[in-house]
Amino acid sequence: MALDRKIAYINLTTGDIEIKPIPMEVRKKFLGGRGLDAYLLYNHTKKGCDPLGPDNALIISGGILCATLASATARTHVMAKSPLTGLLGSCNMGGFFAPEMAWAGFHHLVIKGKAKRPSYIYINNGNIEIRDAANIWGKTVTDTQWAIHDELNDKEVKSLVIGPAGENLVAFANVMTGVKNAGGRTGMGAVMGSKNLKAVACRGTMDVKITHPVEALEYNKKFIEQITGAKVSQTQGTLGTPFIWGATNSWGGVRTENFRYNQLEYADDIEPERIDEIATETMGPYHMSGCFGCQVHCRAQYKIPSGKYKGKYDEGPEYTSQGAFGAEVGCRSAETVLAGNHLVDQFGMDNLETGSIISWAMECFEEGLITKDQTDGIDLRFGNDEAVLEMIERICYRKGWLGDVLAKGGIPASKDIGKNSFDYLIQVKGMNNLHSDERATPALALNIATSSRGSDHLRSRPAIDLYHLPEKVLRKIYSTPVPYDGPLSSEHTEYVGKPWQVFWQENCYMAVDSLGICKYHTTFLGATLPNFENWPKVLYLNTGIEMTPEEIWQVARRNNMIERLFNLREGATRNDPEKGDVLNHRYHDEPCKRGAIDVIGRYIVKEKFDKMVDEFYEHKGLDKNGIPKKSTLKELGLENEPSHLL
Amino acid sequence: MQSNSKVLLINHEKCTGCRLCEQVCAVRHHGASNPSRSRIRVMKWEMEGLYVPVSCQQCQDAPCLNGCPVGAISRNEELNRVEVDYDLCIGCRTCVSVCPFGAMHYNAIDRQVAKCDLCDGDPQCVRFCDVKAIEYTDGGDVSIEKKRAAALRLSTVKKQAMALEQHTA
Repeated sequence: MALDRKIAYINLTTGDIEIKPIPMEVRKKFLGGRGLDAYLLYNHTKKGCDPLGPDNALIISGGILCATLASATARTHVMAKSPLTGLLGSCNMGGFFAPEMAWAGFHHLVIKGKAKRPSYIYINNGNIEIRDAANIWGKTVTDTQWAIHDELNDKEVKSLVIGPAGENLVAFANVMTGVKNAGGRTGMGAVMGSKNLKAVACRGTMDVKITHPVEALEYNKKFIEQITGAKVSQTQGTLGTPFIWGATNSWGGVRTENFRYNQLEYADDIEPERIDEIATETMGPYHMSGCFGCQVHCRAQYKIPSGKYKGKYDEGPEYTSQGAFGAEVGCRSAETVLAGNHLVDQFGMDNLETGSIISWAMECFEEGLITKDQTDGIDLRFGNDEAVLEMIERICYRKGWLGDVLAKGGIPASKDIGKNSFDYLIQVKGMNNLHSDERATPALALNIATSSRGSDHLRSRPAIDLYHLPEKVLRKIYSTPVPYDGPLSSEHTEYVGKPWQVFWQENCYMAVDSLGICKYHTTFLGATLPNFENWPKVLYLNTGIEMTPEEIWQVARRNNMIERLFNLREGATRNDPEKGDVLNHRYHDEPCKRGAIDVIGRYIVKEKFDKMVDEFYEHKGLDKNGIPKKSTLKELGLENEPSHLL
Repeated sequence: MQSNSKVLLINHEKCTGCRLCEQVCAVRHHGASNPSRSRIRVMKWEMEGLYVPVSCQQCQDAPCLNGCPVGAISRNEELNRVEVDYDLCIGCRTCVSVCPFGAMHYNAIDRQVAKCDLCDGDPQCVRFCDVKAIEYTDGGDVSIEKKRAAALRLSTVKKQAMALEQHTA
């Protein structure tokens, strides 16, 4: 059964490997996936450890429902202290890796130390082996995976790998699996690179027993129908996430030219319909593909239609690439978006951070903070498509002064560039924003400011806040599984009620990340998708664990609190501009210049924002400084951390 | 007994590569998620975006049936399938080696050969495949959609030819 999957501790310095079962007590307290990873990170690293040193713990996991019948139990989670932020590092990706790891016998790996030479870990039906990667080092993301297939003579092996960016310790390097499944954000690929670990390869043929198979099969059918029955899932299954970019850009929620504007005008060539047209022209009418077990199939296949990279195959692009290599850098060409997406996929680096940091450098260049000498003559202006693709490569290989500086990440780069460049950097806790502009949407602004891994939409974003749902509907969603009778507003420009929504979403997303299922299968983009009320049954039928919706909610709160404890231990404070729960001053000082009538002129009112943070802290059980109250830690059973249960 | 002519029809172009078919097959037959137990497998060429589900074709002149040295494989007309009688099977895997599709499978955990049994008339792979890459359809209709697609292509070419003729005339 799913619960007999084990945890392995692998020391790359000594080669020691220890395998342990995961006790039921731990399961019930943290479930698995991201939640249990956070517990492990807190327990297996010491305060102030060097993110790129051997003492950092790289933790790889699947959720407790990984590989079971709970619709798209595909997610792989990776956690470590982040080299980008110095705080919590965490990334989550789809594909087929975590299920293969479960079939090979494992749910969690804790990897410490540093291998003497380039290595990879091979896991096969309960056995773990550290192998030489000398012939694989230097290869791109997909070439690495095929080279492992050849070496092991097994094409069914699934690998989680780093590309050249991870080897070169780019602070926002990804871990990757398949063609484009990206564990992006917070530089987990650099942590792998620092350990001389090129890949973790898995192959498993062990049963993951389903506790009540007949009922689980039937319930899964209903579960899938609930998911695919939502209009938003159907749109996603046709246009992929680019549809979100199109919709957001139409009203003025897309960060453009770093932070100058909130909408990209004349963007026909990168609209979702155009991207879909290219996918159809190059891959035929059936060009969507899916992660393990998923019926939403939100990922397109495409070939680059023209230019230097013409004919190259890739998947996506996600809406983040339209932002990163379109709006943020002021480019309007599908070719650039698709080529940029392809390059970061092959190099194994975060598209969000890459696009964002290039757009920041462009604004610095136009403002005279970076000189043409420093760019080696590149005219780093907004809208220079060629410069964008050139900079992606320079960052990956740390070529030239600027390429090397940007590879360090935003805050260190701002120190190298100097002057007031930091003022232009759109970041929270050292991680740059994705392409969304939250100046008109206080709930979304609160979400990025308080997210545990730095500016991010996948930790607590109440995306349905944009739909103007009737208050009655909002109340139905947001007052289960725990009662809430405070205010709620259908108006996305409002400040009231938003802290509760962000708090609720934070718990919802932590729950899915700990269960190991995809956010597109919960209350993220669709208001009718499954959440706390549906999970106990899925959990029971697949694993036999009996939990109530309230108990799952409580696990999510606990797991989120450990993430906060980690950040506090590493020096985060509420108002620190580099590590705090704050926004760049431009959110408060520069009103939106474009967009819908109720968006133009909007900015985040600082006093109201601070009040939202206060209220959010109260919901979480924190004091005014964002530090957990003793009573909260006691309620969550976290008063004795680190408790070393595992 | 009325004979059944329904067949499993796979259109690999529609396949999204999610492998849910493998999962539900293994759970339906073994109560476990484990693709190595599935009787249908999706073969992938990831860099070409090509995903092809492979399963038993329930051949009319089935090599596995012909090759079985102990007569353990027979044709079930009622379900229009080729099936294995495990009371007779000696586990020699001759059927595995002669199957031209690799659809006769050897399950290393139970040490048994295994093949698609069409879930006794309600194939779960079909039931769960949302994009209809796998269908369970009447044998007589297997090529009607291909005919329709071909007809459309022919008609388009003809129209284009006519337009070109008028244009050049």
